[in-house]
Amino acid sequence: MRRATAAGVGSPPRSKNVGPHAKVKSVDGDTGLVRGGLAAGALLACVTVLAATDGLDPAQILKPLSDSWPTYSGDYTGRRYSSLKQIDQSNVKHMTLAWSARLAAGAGPEGGGRGNAQGPPFGPAPTIVGGEGKGDVVVAGGITVKGAILAVDNVLYVTAPDHVWALDAHDGHELWHYFWRTKGGTHIGNRGAAMWGHYLFFVTPDDYFVSIDARTGKERWHKEAASFAQQYFLTSAPVTVGNHIIVGTGNDLDSPGYLTSYDPETGEQQWRFYTVPMNPGDPGLETWKSLDAARHGGGHPWLPGAYDPDTHLYIFGTGNPTPAYTAQVRGEGDNLFTCAIVAVNVDTGKMAWYYQTSPHDTHDWDSAQTPVLIDGDFRGSGPRRMVLTASRNGYYFTLDRLTGEHMVTSKFSDTVNWAKPDLNAKGQPVREPAKDHDIAGALVSSANGGATNWPPPAYSPDTGLFYVPLAESYAMYYLSETDPRGAMGLGGKEEIGVGSLGSYIIAIDPKTGSAAWRHKFRTATGGGGGASGLLTTAGKLLFGGDVSGNFVAFDPATGRPLWHTQIGRVTNAPETFLVDGQQHVLVAAGDTLYAFTLNQ
Amino acid sequence: MPYSAFFALCMLFVAVTLNAQPPTPQGGGGRGRGRGGGVVTSPRNAYPDRPTGDPAAIERGKALYSVNCAFCHGADTRGGDGGPSLLRSGVVLDDQNGELIAPIVQNGRPDRGMPKFAFSPDQIADIATFIHTFRAAGYDESRQKPPSILVGDPKAGEAYFNARCASCHSATGDLRGIATKIPDEKVLQQTWLMPGGGGGRGGPPPVLAPVPTVTVTLPSGETVEGKLQRIDDFNVSLITADGAYRSFRTEGDAPKVAIRDPLQGHRELLRVYSDKDIHNVTAFLVTLK
Repeated sequence: MRRATAAGVGSPPRSKNVGPHAKVKSVDGDTGLVRGGLAAGALLACVTVLAATDGLDPAQILKPLSDSWPTYSGDYTGRRYSSLKQIDQSNVKHMTLAWSARLAAGAGPEGGGRGNAQGPPFGPAPTIVGGEGKGDVVVAGGITVKGAILAVDNVLYVTAPDHVWALDAHDGHELWHYFWRTKGGTHIGNRGAAMWGHYLFFVTPDDYFVSIDARTGKERWHKEAASFAQQYFLTSAPVTVGNHIIVGTGNDLDSPGYLTSYDPETGEQQWRFYTVPMNPGDPGLETWKSLDAARHGGGHPWLPGAYDPDTHLYIFGTGNPTPAYTAQVRGEGDNLFTCAIVAVNVDTGKMAWYYQTSPHDTHDWDSAQTPVLIDGDFRGSGPRRMVLTASRNGYYFTLDRLTGEHMVTSKFSDTVNWAKPDLNAKGQPVREPAKDHDIAGALVSSANGGATNWPPPAYSPDTGLFYVPLAESYAMYYLSETDPRGAMGLGGKEEIGVGSLGSYIIAIDPKTGSAAWRHKFRTATGGGGGASGLLTTAGKLLFGGDVSGNFVAFDPATGRPLWHTQIGRVTNAPETFLVDGQQHVLVAAGDTLYAFTLNQ
Repeated sequence: MPYSAFFALCMLFVAVTLNAQPPTPQGGGGRGRGRGGGVVTSPRNAYPDRPTGDPAAIERGKALYSVNCAFCHGADTRGGDGGPSLLRSGVVLDDQNGELIAPIVQNGRPDRGMPKFAFSPDQIADIATFIHTFRAAGYDESRQKPPSILVGDPKAGEAYFNARCASCHSATGDLRGIATKIPDEKVLQQTWLMPGGGGGRGGPPPVLAPVPTVTVTLPSGETVEGKLQRIDDFNVSLITADGAYRSFRTEGDAPKVAIRDPLQGHRELLRVYSDKDIHNVTAFLVTLK
């Protein structure tokens, strides 16, 4: 198959002007400042490490995933399949800890940060402070890493809401820490940063799109990306595609979702794509009660998408419609393009196709999960280009990624009960209105977290199987808002869990939608939430965190555990890359990163 | 939207310590909470409340709003006869003192059927001050006042109870007085569906879930039995009848581990009940005073 030079792929400037002269003290006074007079020494060390590199050329992301981890999913396919195989089934039992690193919100003596102080003249790693907040908003709760960690040229870039850290991949020591002083907003998680040349990009809970210099942590600029007054909050990892940095919104009030493409140099908007109709005549408007309903209809694309360089299509999922539960104000229609897989041309921001996985959702079950792109024969009909998604609503889909044509639907959770037994002609599940919610309570599977959620699935071309974390649960959904005008956002219901029947990793055959195997995690009672995100490798391994705090390597053909270690609940998806030519596997549990490698 | 369940989980696990104190630039203050600041712990308090408006302006604005706006937009700004909710309007949310509202009010929206109003800027500022007294939020406990959840038929519930529950439970035995012990109907319903749940109201569960027991059969044939402490794919631990803690590594099916979960029946019934069955059983159980 033709692998086009991705048109529109631009290369960042190849600045060689990197060195000890990095202008440590010249951070813009109005947006940030370098903290501590002892920073220069540490920075010097940092710059020495980085000076040999040219940052990330976006063309690198087009390559199959192997030595680095340059974007949210590792590569554009979303498969999370690495071609690395130093660690394989025969030697994984010798995999052991290379290092661990605990991230600290503060730095230096006051913040109790880990830092890398070694005494004069080496100070703690510098903390660069930015943000529009006044410093009077305190975020309760510790650091939890719930996103991708970029690994480029032996440096790791890690994020949490309001924070970015650069760490040395050799031992996890901190190079710099960027702290964003927030105005507020929902601090639920951050899925990671994007990179372009020497620039990093990330978003904040108070709705800014921020760029910093990867070499120093110094802020380049920040842009308002959504309205804080309208209660947007941003969590997604931006995605670099050529000269585009693409990022989507989140919001739990009633508001329109959108993707924005930014220029990596200037931060100027290139295009914006709304996931709901915003103007008279917009496609999909007929599926809403009114234009006002559509314009407040949600559909937030809060996770990164996949990208097909041959078609220039950025393919992503959209979130739930709003109001989520008291749906009467949305009308009886499908509420396009919420809860859908959508393909947008990355050069124009125009939609090429869509497929809705939950028409008229009434349970806040987003379809925002990162889709997975695969190529191959489909039931003897010849090679097809496909996109796979396992939706929070408990249904799995294979689609044609050139057209959005439906190919396969299956129910991958046995307990899910919100839809009628038969799919419609388009292969979509059809909602059973009695299972929306009820004043006296409706027993619904799944509970709000869904059959699966943001923790990313994985696909192995070796086995041809699609691996998905699955949780089977029930909750009672009580209608608590009887005003016919409904509630806003997620309001209007009380959802109370009644039990979990099991947590699994399930291996789905994309050609049939049926499960090749299910590994049920052994727990005292029922489930215990969902497993972590997943990673699979050419070493014929599948990595993931179970629901009991074990980080496990499985046989991807059978689901049999081959290796494990107890590190506490894994909170992101495992990754793998080379450090000085040696394969490492990196995973986060809360505020601590663990890097594993072979004990040779 | 995205993550309610995950969020709940996270909020349980996060330390309540103020770990995320902003690093103070070049020493000095910045740790205290100034006016307008706050502690973000959940989506419910993630966005600052608007400053309280001048009471006189609110009164003037309310009078103007009631006469001119309430018919279409509702007395509570949530929408009325033909007019959309203002509470979730992007224009209203972004507006500070009427500056964004003014052009719409003064020019109308003829394409959407909204007439224009010849208010002065001061009058519009008053109306805006009034509108901004309504808080925009999805989570609004003040509106969570549902009618009774009792809709079922107690006789049908009793019949269902006798058919499905009576092998373990008795209305005159273990469940005698259950409705007195758990007076909140919703908590009662949640509790009989799955004992040990908290009823969703944040309080302690009215009934503790019985602990599963486990039997481990070692390769020697010896069996060790006790209250299950913890189990995963690789270890099982238990407390024996004499109070000893025992822990075993497991690999695959060895050693053999058998769990007896007293709530297994409750779990299996989740796949079986209709909502009507649930409502009927609750209607029966509330009679067990």
